[in-house]
Parts: sequence; C-alpha cells; structure tokens
Amino acid sequence: MGVPRWLFVPALLGAAFVLLPLVAIVARTPWSRFLELITSESSREALALSLRTSATSTLICVLLGVPMAVVLARTSFRGQGILRSLVLLPLVLPPVVGGIALLYTFGRRGLLGETFEVLGLQVAFSTTAVVLAQTFVAMPFLVVSLEGALRSAGRRYEAVAASLGARPTTVFRRVTLPLVLPGLASGAVLAFARSLGEFGATITFAGSLQGITRTLPLEIYLRRETDAEAAVALSLVLVVVAVVVIGFARQSRSAV
Amino acid sequence: MKKTSALAVTALVALAAAACGSGGDESDAGADGGTTTITVFAAASLTSTFEELATDFEAENDGVEIQFNFAGSSDLVAQLQEGAPADVLATADEANMDKATADDLVGTPTLFASNTLEIAVPPGNPAGITSVDDLTADGLNLVLCAPEVPCGAAAEAVAEAADLDLSPVSEEQSVTDVLAKVGTGEADAGLVYVTDVIAAGDDVEGVEVPDDVNAVNLYPVATVAESEEADLAQAFVDLILAPTGQDALADAGFAPAP
Repeated sequence: MGVPRWLFVPALLGAAFVLLPLVAIVARTPWSRFLELITSESSREALALSLRTSATSTLICVLLGVPMAVVLARTSFRGQGILRSLVLLPLVLPPVVGGIALLYTFGRRGLLGETFEVLGLQVAFSTTAVVLAQTFVAMPFLVVSLEGALRSAGRRYEAVAASLGARPTTVFRRVTLPLVLPGLASGAVLAFARSLGEFGATITFAGSLQGITRTLPLEIYLRRETDAEAAVALSLVLVVVAVVVIGFARQSRSAV
Repeated sequence: MKKTSALAVTALVALAAAACGSGGDESDAGADGGTTTITVFAAASLTSTFEELATDFEAENDGVEIQFNFAGSSDLVAQLQEGAPADVLATADEANMDKATADDLVGTPTLFASNTLEIAVPPGNPAGITSVDDLTADGLNLVLCAPEVPCGAAAEAVAEAADLDLSPVSEEQSVTDVLAKVGTGEADAGLVYVTDVIAAGDDVEGVEVPDDVNAVNLYPVATVAESEEADLAQAFVDLILAPTGQDALADAGFAPAP
C-alpha cells in the first residue's frame, strides 16, 4: 500500500531515538543486586505511595474531568475556546511552574491556604499535596481524550434517546457514557500514567519525605545522590509499570 | 537497514550537537585567535562567588572565557564519571571529591573554604525560633536536606551534636529547595549553610547555630585530569586560593579552610 519507502528511514530513526535510552537503562541495571534494591523499605514505600496517590488522583480526574469534557464537547458558550486552552495548559506547562502555582494557591500563604488553615487543614508537606500536584498535571490528559471521543461519537444516539423522551441525565448515563467508555478508560489510564511519573510539581509543592510525599520519581532522584545503581534499578521498575499501563490503554482502545 | 539506522542515529546526534553547540569546541576556537574556554564544575553554593572571580579571571587573561556548570556536588561528579568535559571541579564536601579522586578523574584536591549551618526562618520569624532547641517544637514545620546530600548529612551531625531528635516534615533534595520552602513561608524553619542565608537576602532570616554543635563542611577544588587547558585550569585554582579569591569567598560568608 501507498506508504513512500523513504518514510521508513526517519520513522526508524524516531523509533531508535525513543527505544535506545530504554535499552541503555536495561543494560545498566545491576541485576545481581536488583531484587535487594527494589525491595528495600524506602523503595517499597515509594512505589506503594506512588500507586496509591496516582489511583486517587485518577479518581479525582474522572470525577471532575468527565463533566468538564462533556461540557466542552456538548455545549457552546462565549469564551469556550479560551477556556478549553486554559484547562489544557498543564499539558504544556513545565511541571515546576505548576508546583509554584499550586504553592501560591494551596500553600499556607496562598490564595486558599488561610481558609484551609482556619479549617485546621494543612496541605503543605502532606500526601494530599502530592495528589493535588498529580491531579493538576494529569487532568488535561483525561479531558482531551474524552472530549475527542465524545466529538467523534457524535450526537445521533443522544438525539434519538431524547426524542423518545429520555431526560438529559438518563441520556448521559445510558447513552453518552457507554458510547465513550473506551475513550474514558484510555483517558483514565493516561492520567494514571502521568500521575505516576509526576516529579516537578510534587518536589516543588509537596516536599519529599519517605512514606508521606516521596513518590517513586522523587526516590529515584534522591537515590542518585548516593547509589546510582539503585536509581537505575528503580527506574526500570517505573519503566515496567509504564509499559504495563500502556498495555492496558492499548487494550481498552482496541476494544472500541 | 540496521547499518543505515545506526548511521542515521549518529547523524541525528551530530546534528543535535551542532545545533546546540555552544560548549566543548574550545580547541578550534583558540586556534584562530578567538577565545579559549575553560569549563568549571562547581557546587551550587559557589555560584555568585565564582561568577565574580570569573570576571576577574577573564579580565586578566585575554581571550579566555570561563564556562560554569553549577549543580549539586554529587551530580557534578556523576557527570564527570560519565565523561562530561571539564577543567576544574569544586565540590561542597570532601566525600564527593573523594569519589572523583578514587576514579582518577582529578588531580590532588586542595581545600579552599569551609561553610557551617545556620537556621533559616521566614521574614519576621513567625514561629519565634531562637535556638536549635526550638527546632523540636511540636507542630513546627521543619525542613531539612535529605541525609543523602551534603547539607542533610551536616544537619544530621548538628542534631547529633546538640542531642536533638529532629522530625522534619520534608527532606529536600538541595539547599535551594529548603530555602524555597522557608522563603515562601511553607516551612517555619530550615537548616541551610550560612552562605545561603546571606545569598537569599531579604527572603529569609538567619538564626545562629552555636559553634560547639555546628557541622563544618570543607570545600575542595581540583583540576580535572583530562583537561586540555591544564595551565589555565591551574591558574583558576590559584586565583581561588589567592587573597582575591579568599576575600570574595569571605564576602559571601564562607570561612577559610583550616
């Protein structure tokens, strides 16, 4: 079929560029100490914290992101285009900028910080801060993929359901959601993956303490200080988790 | 096909290197009467002092330009170990310099300065910290460096010497991160170097740590073994050890090396 032959050269080049660094990690992995390194207490706590916080932030992304995607895809109002661009901003923003922004919002001296302090809540240096940072950077992934799914699904079935007397909530629950479920699933997986890899906003906003705020990426960064091999071993763990997550995303997409 | 792609990868890397090629091409630049560049890898805490010294050095040596890589000491050594080109290495502790010496990456190091810890608090000292003993107060947001990095090891030494059981809310990656948390008021107190408190200006205030419990970090400097400009590298090291260099370091809050 009509793919120009010469396309293969840059395509292969691109693939090699992405894959070679992964090969390099595997090549540098200290296999003799691998198990011992990845099962140390700090490694286990970091992985557990990462999985726990990423799951929580994915849940929040779904709860807030689904309505956002529906509103963006199914309604039109003035300034919608600008709003969409702004909501997607964390996608292109350097995470450290996100961290600074969150600090000035939820920090002790931030916009909402004093309100929180009065309520006896302290976000700074807590696991909540990690979840906030992850949700901030991951939300656009869910919104983008779900909005895309909603637009390509079209409104035909919704219109039919409505003409048969279904109320908007029923249409949303029985028609819209089932139609875009694969899109929602892959969006959620992407959000989870992005949360798992979150580093910049977390270290800027949440701090770093074993079991509380030191997620796997932060643990890897810290380990490099003293034990480069441990950092490589943990990096490989994160690569494997990422591969598994992408596998899930592929499966949910091919189920369409 | 395999050969082609390997060749293409090489070409791509070369292309990328050429596109961002500001550093590392000192040899050919020097030949046509342009500038000679030496690269200095230095601990982040030395930033302002070394930049000031570089201006002096460049003024005294016509056609010489100093390029800096300021980072955490262990990052600098790791980069050297992976073959990054440099002419001078200055670290914030002896442990990291020892790693470089053990791998024969550098010549014999010379101690050129020392640094001690100080308590940094937000402007106005909202938590009313007056001594190291106050660092154990209930509900205090204390931020330290992680024990894995030099400033964290020094903080541990202070805790041990003063017999304090410190429970930080965060163990940060670097002094900069600790200062940022204190400066924004997120943390009530942090342990950083004396020089950092001075460099931070109005962002934080300092509370002294008494000499008898303080930790002393010694700063070594050495020329890099594979330097192509060994004479210039040595000249820069000499400048650091000369009165000019020592005065600049003292202005920044460093104490002389023992």
